[in-house]
Amino acid sequence: MASAAMEKLGENHKGPQPILRMLRIVKRFPGVLANDHVDFELLPGEVHALLGENGAGKTTLMNILYGLYQADSGEIVLRGRTVRIRSPKDAIRLGIGMVHQHFKLVPNHTVAENVALGLRGTPFFAPARAVEARVRELGERYGLKVDPRAYVWQLSAGEQQRVEIIKALVRGADILILDEPTSVLTPQESKELFRILARMKAEGHGVIFITHKLDEVMEVADRVTVMRRGKVVETLPVGETDKAALARMMVGREVVFRLEKEEVSPGEEALVVEGLWALSDRGLPAVRGVSLSVRRGEILGIAGVAGNGQRELVEVITGLRRAQRGRVSILGHEVTNRSSRVVADAGVAHVPEERLRMGIVPGMSVAENLILKKHHRPPFCRLGFLSLRRIREFARVAIQEYSIMTPGLDTPAKLLSGGNIQRLILARELSGGPPVIVAAHPTYGLDVGATEQIRQILLRERKKGAAILLISEDLEEIFSLSDRIAVIFEGEIMGILPTEEADLETVGLMMAGSKRLTEARG
Amino acid sequence: MRRIGPFAVEYVPNPGKLKVLGVSLGAILLGLVVMAFIFWGYGVSPVHAYATIFRGTFGSRFGLGEIVRRAIPLMLCGVGLVLAFRALFWNIGAEGQLLVGAIVGTGLALYSGIHGPWLLLAMFLGGFAAGALWASIPALLRILLGVNDVLTTLMLNYVAMYIVQYLIYGPWRGPTMRGFAYTDLFPDNAWLPLIPRTNVHWPTLLAGVLLAVIFWVLLSRTRFGYEVRVVGQSTEAARYAGISMLRTIVLVAALSGGAAGLAGVGEVAGIHHRLLEPFQVSMGYGYTAIIVAWLARGSPLVAIITALFFGWIFASGDVIKTFLHMPFQVTSVFNGLLLFFLIGSEVLMYYRIRLRRGEA
Repeated sequence: MASAAMEKLGENHKGPQPILRMLRIVKRFPGVLANDHVDFELLPGEVHALLGENGAGKTTLMNILYGLYQADSGEIVLRGRTVRIRSPKDAIRLGIGMVHQHFKLVPNHTVAENVALGLRGTPFFAPARAVEARVRELGERYGLKVDPRAYVWQLSAGEQQRVEIIKALVRGADILILDEPTSVLTPQESKELFRILARMKAEGHGVIFITHKLDEVMEVADRVTVMRRGKVVETLPVGETDKAALARMMVGREVVFRLEKEEVSPGEEALVVEGLWALSDRGLPAVRGVSLSVRRGEILGIAGVAGNGQRELVEVITGLRRAQRGRVSILGHEVTNRSSRVVADAGVAHVPEERLRMGIVPGMSVAENLILKKHHRPPFCRLGFLSLRRIREFARVAIQEYSIMTPGLDTPAKLLSGGNIQRLILARELSGGPPVIVAAHPTYGLDVGATEQIRQILLRERKKGAAILLISEDLEEIFSLSDRIAVIFEGEIMGILPTEEADLETVGLMMAGSKRLTEARG
Repeated sequence: MRRIGPFAVEYVPNPGKLKVLGVSLGAILLGLVVMAFIFWGYGVSPVHAYATIFRGTFGSRFGLGEIVRRAIPLMLCGVGLVLAFRALFWNIGAEGQLLVGAIVGTGLALYSGIHGPWLLLAMFLGGFAAGALWASIPALLRILLGVNDVLTTLMLNYVAMYIVQYLIYGPWRGPTMRGFAYTDLFPDNAWLPLIPRTNVHWPTLLAGVLLAVIFWVLLSRTRFGYEVRVVGQSTEAARYAGISMLRTIVLVAALSGGAAGLAGVGEVAGIHHRLLEPFQVSMGYGYTAIIVAWLARGSPLVAIITALFFGWIFASGDVIKTFLHMPFQVTSVFNGLLLFFLIGSEVLMYYRIRLRRGEA
């Protein structure tokens, strides 16, 4: 397969000279060959998608390019010169910018301060003020709207990503690496991002676009390199392929895109929210009079642009944030402003948005993570003592049932890949058949295989009679899973409608706040 | 991998146990080598100096006993700090917690009038309670008001010191001590038994070892220990799992402070048999215990070994003072050098360094 890629590289010499070539890159981690003689090249003025499942080695390859890792062997040729990139500093000097999947921002600093951090040529005093104008200008020019004086911890994930892109642009990046960039954006924002990419292309810059999403590859990329298990499967122009072929290359098997949603007649109301108000971290009203109910055997999808109160709503329901007004009840029992333990014990499973920060304890073992939230109850805990035997038994079954790929029960959870961490969280949260499931962005950042599996699991739970509140920015996910769709905008529900009656345009207008269904409840 | 001169340096996130041990022993060896120069500069042959130190500590029953005697308070404080650090409660206040333990122990010994062996038991329980309460104050302040625990635990050390001084210069000054700043000697039933021909007050030693085992079980086998580890690793995950920060941190602080309080009772009831100046009661055990706990890397059982190691350093200081006639302060230099190398080596454990030939 590598030789096929080499041939491709050879062919391209007839065309424009690549600005970047990575040749026979090898990177080994303990126990894993993350990059196995990988060849990759980037032409000026192209958007090159790097496609593959989690753990395929895409991010490793790009981290090598960005100087975060050093390749064990191989060569990087930039604009015809062999270069050695020892650190991100070298990479930035060479005009390479990277926007990571997990943002590298200082939460306690303002946007401008983050942009100014480490930037050459800023004055010693008040460096942030010097870049403010530049941030505004780039914001205007590219539609990357963000207040330079806002603190990063106040920003939604989408806004933080814009800051990252601005950071790279301010540093004059002409090779921009974007790691899963659209996963936090709305369809509209994605469109804007694609327009920026088009502008960069026109100026002869190269963009490397790491993604799992086949639609995006088809929409935005000129060429695509597919990776699987550390190797390049193929590099080819997007025009010469289609989604199904790419999916096959990526996972080595056919992927079912249409989910089979069985007819389930909804039962009693399991989760009822009435007139709920709550504040954001900044002390501003984030949830404003939300009312909704989810019945057993039903999935209610909440669509909305990031930062419109979804996070706060989830936190209030799961007992992690105080409600100012309103009621939350589970199976008829009021749990408003009760602790998260009471809510969990009442039968609410919570698949949190922030998997790594909240969903797992990174340094603790897979087995120990699998009992979090249930660690205080039998059978795992009796009279204050943990039953290691039962914990391990449970973990073995869960690992098997949810096909969690882990070297062992005692492996620290942080060493698992994103998809496996999410499987671990689902295995834990869904054990014992909870009547209510609150799933926030359950497939965010996951590869096709894991995404499919997790959606199947949610449908399985629906069939078993769980009431599922699904929060997602991925409209495809909302449409393919939900029985009813609620749209949230600035903390208010703009309307709730059955999925059969919903179309993308209506939901899009509601997400933008320009349409409200009058018959909406509450 | 980075290159520094001719060396290739690679980050190793999870160094093996043997490597940690090897690097630590190497650091100690380097400390001893540098110390040799100091002996030499002072006009004492390093060979003679080390021979004397080893004979004075390992060479006799009394010497070995001295190591253990010094290790007892380090062990009690250190084991407690291991627990606190696992929950990311930065208890820098073991010194103060030890002193309040000593105060309450002394108060019970002199003024409670309890008879027979019950007195010692009451002293230990009282000392534990005092240390626990003393450490709970910063824990409560941190959780309820967000006050930095490093500062409050540290500052409470001085409060405890001044309380001791107030007592021995004021209300508790012993009438039979002819104006010296001591309390009276404890009654006989407040004296801890010693292992013959040593100064090892074995009940306190037993308490230290037992506590290490108990804390180890607590951390690895109980719900409470599980919650402590979750809190220490991720406050967000703890919040998510409905683990009470207040309860967990306050309990951890209380256990940690209580252990230090026991050490305080051990010192007054086992060694001094009265309350005296704070620096005589403790000699900074509470501070050294921070290093004891740090080097134990989160394991209460390993803290027994690290406590014995620092016990040896303290005992060596006594030998240097008495047999080599060097000033007492040399102990601090010795102590400081070993710490310098041990802490310096900390970074090294996480890197693999190889000499690269040819390419450079």
